[in-house]
Amino acid sequence: MGQGNVYLPIFFLGLLAFGFAVFSVAAASFTGPKRYNRAKVDAYECGIQPAQAQLGGGRFPVKYYITAMLFIIFDIEIVFLYPWAVSFDALGLFGLIEMIIFILTVLVAYAFVWRRGGLEWD
Amino acid sequence: MKVSVEYQALAPIIILLASGVLSVLVEAFIPRTLRRPIQLMLVLASIVLAFAYVVINATAELAGDPLVNGGQVKGLRELAASGSIAIDGPGMVIQGIILLISFVAALLLAERQIDPQGDAFASRSSTLPGSEDERQFTAQGWLQTEIWPLYLFCVGGLLLFPVSNDFLTMFVALEVFSLPLYLIASMARRRRLLSQEAALKYFILGAFSSAFFLFGAALIYAATSSVNFSTVAVAMENSSQDGLIIPGIGMIAVGLLFKVGAVPFHQWVPDVYQGSPTPLTAFMSAATKVAAFGALLRVFYVAFGGMRWDWRPMMWVVAVLSMVIGSLLAVTQTDMKRMLAFSSVAHTGFILLGVISTSAAGLSSTLFYLLAYGFTSVGVFAIVGLVRDASGEATHLSQWAGLGKKSPWIATIFALFLLALAGIPLTSGFTGKFAVFTAAIDGGATPLVIVAVVASAVAAFFYARVIVLMFFTEPPVDGPSVVVPSALTTVAIGTSAAFTVLLGIAPQPVLDLVINAGLFIR
Repeated sequence: MGQGNVYLPIFFLGLLAFGFAVFSVAAASFTGPKRYNRAKVDAYECGIQPAQAQLGGGRFPVKYYITAMLFIIFDIEIVFLYPWAVSFDALGLFGLIEMIIFILTVLVAYAFVWRRGGLEWD
Repeated sequence: MKVSVEYQALAPIIILLASGVLSVLVEAFIPRTLRRPIQLMLVLASIVLAFAYVVINATAELAGDPLVNGGQVKGLRELAASGSIAIDGPGMVIQGIILLISFVAALLLAERQIDPQGDAFASRSSTLPGSEDERQFTAQGWLQTEIWPLYLFCVGGLLLFPVSNDFLTMFVALEVFSLPLYLIASMARRRRLLSQEAALKYFILGAFSSAFFLFGAALIYAATSSVNFSTVAVAMENSSQDGLIIPGIGMIAVGLLFKVGAVPFHQWVPDVYQGSPTPLTAFMSAATKVAAFGALLRVFYVAFGGMRWDWRPMMWVVAVLSMVIGSLLAVTQTDMKRMLAFSSVAHTGFILLGVISTSAAGLSSTLFYLLAYGFTSVGVFAIVGLVRDASGEATHLSQWAGLGKKSPWIATIFALFLLALAGIPLTSGFTGKFAVFTAAIDGGATPLVIVAVVASAVAAFFYARVIVLMFFTEPPVDGPSVVVPSALTTVAIGTSAAFTVLLGIAPQPVLDLVINAGLFIR
């Protein structure tokens, strides 16, 4: 079997993914009902009110972003905790200490957000 | 499973990153008024401690080949962290240079006497430029101390970048030092919109170049099944997949050449150097360039060393373009910071001559050039920050007219730095250029050296023009004046000037040091 054949399935997978994306968007516009109202035209049904933007952009609350960032920090922590937990017995004490150091650094980020008022939702 | 970490070899990096974490805690728990002195102490102490560890590692007596030097080898040469970090002679020299520059630049960042409102950074970078909030925070004398944890993480990343021995570690290091730079670049106290624009441009273009770097690493991995430089080098010799390897090398080159600011990846340099707070420009133009060249050298000597006949033509073109376009565009600039930015692009071209040589002489001359250029660059931007009028820094060239009559000392030191950038004998710039050009001629790049000499002549013109402007024209009536700085900036400028003169008059000890540093380990 030649060198190129190995990548042929990957190529078709890409083609399939592209085709599915195009099909989904096209099918939705043909089959879906269209009843527009105010809420539907908004970007999202929650979060920042896009309609109240002042001239020149104005200011917008950063609360959502801080909450989202905090979530990501702990989400990533979990991502690293899982493989460590699976191979805990193999890594032993060394792995435990390294993991504690890792969790402590994440905790520092949390302490910073807490002390700087990132958790207050006035 | 036995896991071990070479703490001794990694100590400089660990110290900086741990201090960064500590520094975040200082921001969180220490009252606002006490933060500045504590942060400054922490930054300076950790840089000194890390430098001490680099010296200890570089002079350590190790058992080695019994035939060499009585069985004693000087300096660590070891692959740390399971082969993903290589601590060796050139790596430690580059770490030492970065730490020296970081120390001096930290003094500049801490300066708060030259601006009556405070230091070089916005009182609160979250306030809208020109808003009532901004006025209030400025009037109350708030200082942004969050630059210090960012600075520590940045220096930690810079230390890791040139010693990383695989593409993934190198990418992580690249992001660790880039992200704090993007942030600090946006925090200027004066001309905040320009600063924020510069930071956004830097971020977007930097993200693009990171993507190029990653794509290149993926292609190299596809061809060699490894991201480790040593393994990649061996696998490439036996590989026939040039279709993956050549684009891979090209894309990694794009990522790294962007960071050093070589043409055609230089568009960010003038905007970012101009818009950033001047102390940060001083740090960025010196330390980032040193670290990025360290990484460039390691990648192209260790991983792609066997492919040099394929990548050299590309580097030739980049070097020529950098030298010619950098010098020519610098002539047309009317803003001091932009002119120096284009001069930095031209210098990137000169340093690339050393990289192209792919020899021991090329490596050592590049290291020497980086030290010489780094200190001159810090000094030159330190002085740019001193020439001010009521609205802040006076960076337009016409405002510098007659400065030699008003402040002869500062103008003389500035002229010294400019002469060093031009490569006039008895300054560090001459020694550096001489070493790099010699290495390039030995490496068979004579045509490049001819271009470099012509470009140097063009460059000498715009440096000389500033000197003539300062000393031989009448000062304007309402021109800017040189602010008297505190001891911090004075020490920084003094150190830079001392290095610039010493490396020009007595370069031999440092030349010996970079030659004895040896080669990269595999």
